[in-house]
This record gives sequence, C-alpha cells and structure tokens, in this order.
Amino acid sequence: MTEISHSIIILFIIIGAFLNLAAAYGVVRLPDVYTRNHAASKATTLGVVFLLLATFLFFYIEMNLFQSRLILTIVFIFLTSPVSGHLINRAAYNSGVKLWDKSVRDDLDVTKKEAGT
Amino acid sequence: MILQVCTKVCLFIIILFSVHSFFAGHYEPGGGFIGGLMTSGALVLLLIAYDMKTLKNILPIDFKYLIAVGLLFAVGTAAASLFFNVPFLTHAFGDVQIPILGETALHTATLFDLGVYLVVIGVTMTIIQTIGEDE
Repeated sequence: MTEISHSIIILFIIIGAFLNLAAAYGVVRLPDVYTRNHAASKATTLGVVFLLLATFLFFYIEMNLFQSRLILTIVFIFLTSPVSGHLINRAAYNSGVKLWDKSVRDDLDVTKKEAGT
Repeated sequence: MILQVCTKVCLFIIILFSVHSFFAGHYEPGGGFIGGLMTSGALVLLLIAYDMKTLKNILPIDFKYLIAVGLLFAVGTAAASLFFNVPFLTHAFGDVQIPILGETALHTATLFDLGVYLVVIGVTMTIIQTIGEDE
C-alpha cells in the first residue's frame, strides 16, 4: 500500500516538476508574447496542480492530515491562472504588441476594423 | 467580463480563507494581520474588476471609521482588564454560554485580534482609495 502510494506521489512530483520545466523552456524558446504566454499559463497551471496534489496525498497518506486548504488552492489556481493569462494577452494585444511574422490568422483584427478604431 | 465573473467566484473563496486564518490564528499560522490583509486584498480585487462606486454600493463604510473602531476594540479589551483589578492588557479565558452556539471556549485575545483585523482593513483600504481617487 505504502509502496504504491509512494510511487504515485513520486510520479506526481516528477510530472509537476517536468511540466514547470517545460513551461520555462517554452517561455525561453517561443517567438512572441502570445505563444510564450500560452506556454507559461497552461503548463505551469497543470504543473503546480500536480505538485499540490502530490503534497496533499503525501500529508493525507503519511501523516493522516486532511489539508483542505491544498484542495482549495488547486481550485483557486485552476480558476485564476487562465484568467490572468487571458488578461495579460489581452493587454498585450490592446497595447499593440505585434504577432509573430509567420502567424497566419488574426481574428481580433477583423473586429477591430469593424469597430473602426 | 471574464475578470468580473472570476472575481465573483474568487471573492468568496478569499474572504472565507481570510476569516478562517483570522480565527485559526491562536493555534495555527494566521491571525488578525494576515486575515485583514487578505480581506482587503479581496476588496482590492473587487475594486480592480469593477470600480470605486460598486465597492461603495456593496460596502457603504467609511474605512477611516473602521480604523477608529478597531483601535477602540484593542484599547477596550486592554482597558477592560483594569476593572477586574489586574494589570493592563491581562486577557481572560473562559467557557461562555452563547444562545445559539452553546458552550464555547472564548479568549479575549480574539477581541484584540479583531481590533487588529479592522485596523489593517481600514488602513489598507484608506491608502488604496485615496491613491485611486486622486487625479
């Protein structure tokens, strides 16, 4: 029982750390603000959630502590992190940050022209 | 729009957590200062997502009075010990019969902490509102 739970916890921690690393790598490698934000807001959310889940399971199985605030944190991060990514991207677009040269499609551009701004 | 909907959900989680850390302050990390800061953080989130008027509609309080009430709580609990012939700021502890909740263990340090809580909310919101209104 403890072996299985230990391996699950270890697996969760490794997945979480790997996703955070992948997010950091994506922020360095990707060409423009929007794709970078895409990497940062998606991958880190899942990475942090995996780490928190591993922490929760560790405390629950090893010490028999039900840490409800960790679950609350998971819900909270799932709720707020995409919203913050959206707001940062929106602010970047509205202040006129250019897209990557090779990007094909800009849906917001059409609505912008229709609005006449 | 997304921010406003998200604020509606998050606000209750933040305020609930701040109240929890305020009441858990005796046995766990937390207390009046952190609880007050977190509550005012929730109010600031409301201020960012909506505007000053909405906050005033929801909470029609002058936050400067909140500082005064908080200080009154702190000094009041400190001075109340003088009436029982014990030194200033001596706290009492006891089981009290409350009509709805039944017998509850209460400590007057909680009232002192409530004073800290109110003062922290008042000071933070006063600072942010006066900076925000300044044009």
